[in-house]
Amino acid sequence: MRTTRRRFLKSAAASGAAVSLLGAPAIAQGVAGKVVVVGGGFGGATAAKYLKLANAKLDVTLIERDDRYITCPFSNYVLGGFRKIEENVQTFDALTKLGVKVTKGEAAGIDAPGRLLRLSGGSRITYDKLVVSPGVELNYKGVPGYDESLAEKLPHAWKAGPQTTLLRSQLEAMPDGGTFIMVAPPNPFRCPPGPYERVSTIAWYFKNHKPKSKILILDAKDAFSKQSLFQGAWESEYPGMITWIAGKDGGKVESVDAASMTVKSGFGAEKGTVINVIPPQTAGRIAIDGGLTDDRGWCAVDPQTFASRKAEHVYVIGDASIAGAMPKSGTAANVQGKVAAAAIVAALDGKAATAPALLNICYSLVTPDYGISTTDVYQVTADRGIIATPNAGGVSPRAPTAMGERKLEAEYTRAWYQAITADTWG
Amino acid sequence: MILYRAALAAALVLVGAAPTMAQTGQAMAQTCYVCHGPGVKGAGQIVGLVGLPKDHLVRQMADFKADKRPGTIMNRIAKGYTDEQLALIAEYLAALKK
Repeated sequence: MRTTRRRFLKSAAASGAAVSLLGAPAIAQGVAGKVVVVGGGFGGATAAKYLKLANAKLDVTLIERDDRYITCPFSNYVLGGFRKIEENVQTFDALTKLGVKVTKGEAAGIDAPGRLLRLSGGSRITYDKLVVSPGVELNYKGVPGYDESLAEKLPHAWKAGPQTTLLRSQLEAMPDGGTFIMVAPPNPFRCPPGPYERVSTIAWYFKNHKPKSKILILDAKDAFSKQSLFQGAWESEYPGMITWIAGKDGGKVESVDAASMTVKSGFGAEKGTVINVIPPQTAGRIAIDGGLTDDRGWCAVDPQTFASRKAEHVYVIGDASIAGAMPKSGTAANVQGKVAAAAIVAALDGKAATAPALLNICYSLVTPDYGISTTDVYQVTADRGIIATPNAGGVSPRAPTAMGERKLEAEYTRAWYQAITADTWG
Repeated sequence: MILYRAALAAALVLVGAAPTMAQTGQAMAQTCYVCHGPGVKGAGQIVGLVGLPKDHLVRQMADFKADKRPGTIMNRIAKGYTDEQLALIAEYLAALKK
């Protein structure tokens, strides 16, 4: 009861409006409600921004553990040596200017019936609606022999920042003729084309600076995103440099040994000069601790609104959500952030949500001048949830024409980054 | 109460024959921003669309959809929408201010 009373008092103070003792105070008399967003990545920042754009009266708080956000998209270009990590830094200045209360903190727990978010350190924040956009949690133990502390020696670089620059420095220190081994994750995971784009940009660096070096991908999977485009590009751009071992051919890793820099799989015991372990993943920690995940570690949502299936008044967007045919990508998170924002604005106004507009685009660079893409438009079906709209979408043509698709799509890759970061954090 | 619920259920079944909720032009148009920039003002080599008249936008999208206009990704995207949806998107975009 204490929390309920405190919540009431806080909400009343926050809204600054006359409130009734009956019903939800912040929503009474058409007064805007209080929305808390957890996570300042592509999903969370977009949700916070579009909530505020749709209804400036909304009290929107963004909880983010860092002062800034470093994007995973374009971090592979840092590894390839043609981008600086500083260029991937996004700030929350524009969101703050828009009136979003950007608050540094780490979400630690959710009291859904009490509509209360607990932060580590003990403070609490009440909400009318909560958006959870925590990205992924890396399951280090999912690769035998690996753990979090070993990420200092065998970087995952699957969250951009110090891990990215660590892996880059290892690649720089590697002698020509060395072997780079990537342990690629099982489905589902953040950024399906990411591992294969990464291998491509590292190959570009090797080709230009360490041409005798080799790349080995040991994969838990039998297939991957844009596979024929990537493999075609590897043949033309980096002949003989890259070997991909599918799960069915022994690619599933049995163990890594950091001391001897060895990766064991059905393919054999392979020594690497630099080893990049991308572990299996689940929804981010707060989704698990907040009771939003299923037994496989991901968050089931209503595909129309991205409302959690597990907790009322809670929405889960981005990598953490189970979004049917949509991949775990920055574009998907941005688009889902807009869907959740619209659904929340409608719900607070006592209206039904309109149908969600869902789309994804993933650009990848194979070289700085060789881009490929995959895209889909989605629809929500009663029986199968989110499906890709038939006879649309798909990947870049296998055989480019005289218009020069690869070069154009490399330019559009860079433009996409400019556009989506402006749309999300700008 | 039971009667009311039964009537409501019957109504829902009837409505269920057609989509119960429509996508708004705004919702669909805002997905364009991921490449064309917020407010479709353009970004890098990706053209801005702001200020273009509705009819022009509809015609371009129809041409992409029918592969009458060459493109890299727009042909694949345009095919994901009905003509009615494309008209709604174009209407929203055409009304945006520079």
